[in-house]
Amino acid sequence: MKTYENTGSKDTRSGFGAGMTELGRTNPNVVSLCADLIGSLKIQTFIDENPERFFQIGIAEANMMGIAAGLTIGGKIPFTGTFANFSTGRVYDQIRQSIAYSGKNVKICASHAGLTLGEDGATHQILEDIGLMKMLPGMTVINTCDYNQTKAATIALADHVGPVYLRFGRPVVPNFTPADQTFEIGKAVQLQEGNDVTIVATGHLVWEALEACKVLNEKGITADVINIHTIKPLDAEAIIKSVKKTGCVVTAEEHNFLGGLGESVARELSLTHPVPQEYVATEDTFGESGTPAQLMEKYGLNTNAIIKKVEKVISRK
Amino acid sequence: MADIKKLEAFVTQVRRDIVRQVHKVSSGHPGGSLGCAEFISVLYQELMERKEGFDMDGIGEDLFFLSNGHISPVFYSVLARSGYFPVEELNTFRLLDSRLQGHPTTHEGLPGVRIASGSLGQGLSVAVGAAQAKKLNKDNHTIYALMGDGELQEGQNWEAIMYASAKKVDNLIATVDLNGQQIDGSTDHVLDLGSVRAKFEAFGWIVLDIEKGNDIQAIVSGMNEAKAASGQGKPVCVLLHTVMGNGVDFMMGTHAWHGKAPNDEQLASALDQNPETLGDY
Repeated sequence: MKTYENTGSKDTRSGFGAGMTELGRTNPNVVSLCADLIGSLKIQTFIDENPERFFQIGIAEANMMGIAAGLTIGGKIPFTGTFANFSTGRVYDQIRQSIAYSGKNVKICASHAGLTLGEDGATHQILEDIGLMKMLPGMTVINTCDYNQTKAATIALADHVGPVYLRFGRPVVPNFTPADQTFEIGKAVQLQEGNDVTIVATGHLVWEALEACKVLNEKGITADVINIHTIKPLDAEAIIKSVKKTGCVVTAEEHNFLGGLGESVARELSLTHPVPQEYVATEDTFGESGTPAQLMEKYGLNTNAIIKKVEKVISRK
Repeated sequence: MADIKKLEAFVTQVRRDIVRQVHKVSSGHPGGSLGCAEFISVLYQELMERKEGFDMDGIGEDLFFLSNGHISPVFYSVLARSGYFPVEELNTFRLLDSRLQGHPTTHEGLPGVRIASGSLGQGLSVAVGAAQAKKLNKDNHTIYALMGDGELQEGQNWEAIMYASAKKVDNLIATVDLNGQQIDGSTDHVLDLGSVRAKFEAFGWIVLDIEKGNDIQAIVSGMNEAKAASGQGKPVCVLLHTVMGNGVDFMMGTHAWHGKAPNDEQLASALDQNPETLGDY
């Protein structure tokens, strides 16, 4: 089995900040907007180096989405930044009308997605954002797994024409993907090869899936592990090719099972190659206060949860 | 010098276009459209510096953003008669497969439209962003925006109003159509706006009134005054006092025609009051 090394745990949002720094130096059309969360989004270097290309909007996310749409009318490539909850649910109509329906080249970049805002509790967490964004026609939805991938994705967005939702987290997580990777929107990355089960994971759950694989191997179970960083458009071909071999699938995401990655995978499989599927996802619930590790355990979003779902789905084959 | 007679003929034809579009599909918003016919006509025919053709970025020309998208009939008529698309296309208003959706959209690729609007309260934010893009591009042109007075009840406007003055967006002239009417009745009755002037001034804007918002000469001189006031560190607000339904006697000054189409007899009467000037489509 291929092993993945943690080259030094970092937060994914710092990957976003590093990507913005590079874009600031390489793409003069990139502009950054923020709703009073510069520190959380790690964009201070971009601001220091490009003060005229940074727009501090204040605590006014609806206005931020509208201004971002307006900035595209003049050829700018706006990257908005705030927490995932305030990047999506709070401003759904602004994104729908002024960005998605208007076909504007806005990159909606959302930190602190999922449960991992931890102690702040449910008001600052969001488990519905993937669903909200993927339902918008024309919207690309990306959820990156570590620092390096988030940096690469951020840089790649500037060359992609059209609205994008980029989702990342707060906590420090293992950094294991290559530093020199190129990020290809909509292209799955196969991390492990096996025969018994396909694990399709996104975001922070990708590392947990790799950890689960180690334990499963000791039990004689081998898995295909697919890193689905792009939830829309979904690389259905890669998933179907894998399940034709393994005959079952576990999807893993830090999101409600309703509207998330698992549902997108289920649809593709139901159309072409139905197989047993189990979901590692939250069960239609809000979050709560707690440390990220406590929440991952309570809501079943970690290595152990993936192992259990793998054993269950194999028994259903 | 503005050719007032020519503009009057243009507006009369726009009024005909408005009532005919709405009548044909028995839906749409004639009241606010008629109220803003003079203003939008003067903008496109007299005030705005426009390039030939149309591109989305609009660099090197003045841009207009319509926030209260339900008055699409007047917007479409003025755009068509200003050369953005064939006048005959007004025949397709609100029909299946049309570029002239009930509310304006970029989705269908209609030249002249740079943002979708209809869900109220979003247009000013977009106009602010476009104005800031002009500054980044060192493009010394003006952004114009129009919103309804009832629309000011949407909170996003006040986010944008606060931001525009705080960030010195002074290449922006935002007009409020003060007709005092909205769907459920007068704005005073539904949710009193208080002093719109005092509110904008408190937020740091330069505020001008055009008391005769349906008088072409008054609009020309008022907007020239607004243009002269721009570029001095503050955004400019024009309070345009209009009469809803202006130019069609039975539609004037009432919210009853906010979103109602005329029947055959009412159309005939409206057309009688506005003789053909540039040719019907």
